[in-house]
Amino acid sequence: MAGKDLRIELRSRVATNQVGPFALLVLILFAFALDPDRGVLGQAAAGLFWVAVLFCALLAIQRSFAVESTDGARDNLRLSGLDPAGIFLGKAAAVAAELAALEVILGTGVVVLYNRSLHGPVLLVVTCVLATIGLAAAGTLYGALAAGLRVRETLLPLLLLPVVAPVLLAATRASEAALGTGSGDGWAWVRLLGVFAVIYVAFGVVAFGPLLEESS
Amino acid sequence: MDSVVVHLHAAVSLLGRFPALAGVDLDVAAGEVVLMQGPNGAGKTTLLRMCAGLVPVVDGEASVLGHDLRRDRRSVRRHVALLGHATGLYDDLTVADNLRFVARATRTASPVSVDDALSRLGLAGRLASVQAFRLSAGQRRRVAVAALLLRSADLWLLDEPHAGLDADGRERLDQLVADAAGAGTTVLVASHELDRARALASRVVTMAGGQVRANTPAGVVGVA
Amino acid sequence: MRSDVTTRVLGTLSIAALALLAVMALVVTPADVNQLDAVRLIYIHVPLATVMYAAFGVTAVASVLYLLPRTRARKWDVLAGAAAEIGVVFTGLVLVTGSIWGRTTWGVWWTWDARLTTTAVLFVLFLGYLALRRVGGDPDTQARRNSIAALAAGIDLPIVHKSVEWWRTLHQKSSLLDEETFLHPHIHGSMYWTVMLGIGAFLLLFAWLLIHRYRLAKLEDRIEDEDLERALAERRAEALTGSP
Repeated sequence: MAGKDLRIELRSRVATNQVGPFALLVLILFAFALDPDRGVLGQAAAGLFWVAVLFCALLAIQRSFAVESTDGARDNLRLSGLDPAGIFLGKAAAVAAELAALEVILGTGVVVLYNRSLHGPVLLVVTCVLATIGLAAAGTLYGALAAGLRVRETLLPLLLLPVVAPVLLAATRASEAALGTGSGDGWAWVRLLGVFAVIYVAFGVVAFGPLLEESS
Repeated sequence: MDSVVVHLHAAVSLLGRFPALAGVDLDVAAGEVVLMQGPNGAGKTTLLRMCAGLVPVVDGEASVLGHDLRRDRRSVRRHVALLGHATGLYDDLTVADNLRFVARATRTASPVSVDDALSRLGLAGRLASVQAFRLSAGQRRRVAVAALLLRSADLWLLDEPHAGLDADGRERLDQLVADAAGAGTTVLVASHELDRARALASRVVTMAGGQVRANTPAGVVGVA
Repeated sequence: MRSDVTTRVLGTLSIAALALLAVMALVVTPADVNQLDAVRLIYIHVPLATVMYAAFGVTAVASVLYLLPRTRARKWDVLAGAAAEIGVVFTGLVLVTGSIWGRTTWGVWWTWDARLTTTAVLFVLFLGYLALRRVGGDPDTQARRNSIAALAAGIDLPIVHKSVEWWRTLHQKSSLLDEETFLHPHIHGSMYWTVMLGIGAFLLLFAWLLIHRYRLAKLEDRIEDEDLERALAERRAEALTGSP
């Protein structure tokens, strides 16, 4: 399933052609809004990075489910005999992979454009991995909830963003610790990210099957 | 009882709150090819989807291939193959990609390979690496039929299968249905192409208003 | 719609309790040393928050009951929706009273206190859930989707609470120390009992509102079911007249 989604990405190049540039654009816009000379940008770099990741996640998830909303694709998935848990994990994995790639781009962007340096690379990597898994899992779950509804585009952000607010919080604090701009124990926040990821992967695996069951 | 593939009695099915099937009685034995006819909106599509286990049955008896549709309709899905109005192809993937996905998703080892399916539908060669969104409606239909073959199902549910196909496509489809029936597959076909379909069928069922109104062996000339 | 004994009793009790609360809150209990009369807001703020959590709890439990095969019944989905509607109103009121309290005592309309922030997130979660409920579809699909959404948001709430709490305690500046005591003043004596009375009164009110809202929703459902019977009959008649 993940293979299929990634192959679609490969052939359509939406993430690389559209979402990637969008991510960089967001970073640039933040710079416009926050004025690099005032030093605020440097302080806020971690936070801005994760906000940008959140927006990209929204796009990635919308895309992931837009692909499945083609005529009859959903029926085919149900008929295929694929285990719904597998479909969930596959889609989430594909989203996570795309997000990871975007994070690399954004991360480089942040380091370059906002002039930050790295103090705790391990912490940063672990933070990114866990936060990405959590975002992908919760996002795929909510994507499925909103999928196929006419108001999908506006409903998904409303539903998903409050739920992943803790991820934003924890990831930013942990990243700040890694970048040296914040105080506090980054690893404690990482534990929170881990808990979030585990809970939402588990919930998604269980809930995805029933969600797929809609008589379209 | 083993040879009864589909058993429906007073089956009721809802689309939202609309009663698409308002009490259907139908029995189909293994290896039969049944043609379903009737005006638009009579419930033919819903009947096929119900047999595929996609639509819930809210009243009456319904069982397909031994699976009770009221209690557990999910398990019947991997044993049937549905060719609906929509093709469900992934637009960005090529024909071959799409078929390979179907083949991988259908876990049972199928005697039909992707290349096999491609050639039997005339899709082999350059056409196989074309992305689905570039295909014409008729070509998409062919890919959907190829996907049908890959599933190696015991029950085929075809919803207006000839729609959009050119003469060559129709020939191929008819041949495939004949071959399948010969091999023991049960086929339910809903179609408006009465002459064509009647030649294949062993029985003709007429539907209207969400119910079965007539059920006669083919070859008996009745007033349609 | 006739109201039965239960609701009449509930209704009377809650009005009585609220009246008593008003007397206790406004007249009998003393004003706080620091905050003067503004502290009286606590007599509704805390009970409102209690009801907010109660409503959230009802929605969550009802959703679980719907999803479990043994207890599955449409009424749980109806109950969850009714509770959420009431809950969102009370959550909004919690935010408003919290804000007024802050304004009158401290001069600020908003403070990023851990509890208030979590309440704000809960508010948005409720709104999202209610927005999702409005989307159409057949009732069983809707109920299933609603229940899953409620649970997905529900398991998030403890995480939100913990993380926000963590966040704010880490950023404790000395000037905010007052914020802590201001928002959680020392309650004793008659004030304590008045708050308890307030909680009781508002819970009674909540129960009363919930029963009425639930009944209303069930009636709406019954109308739709009857429509279905009619539609079924028309469908069958269709075949006889021959027009789809």
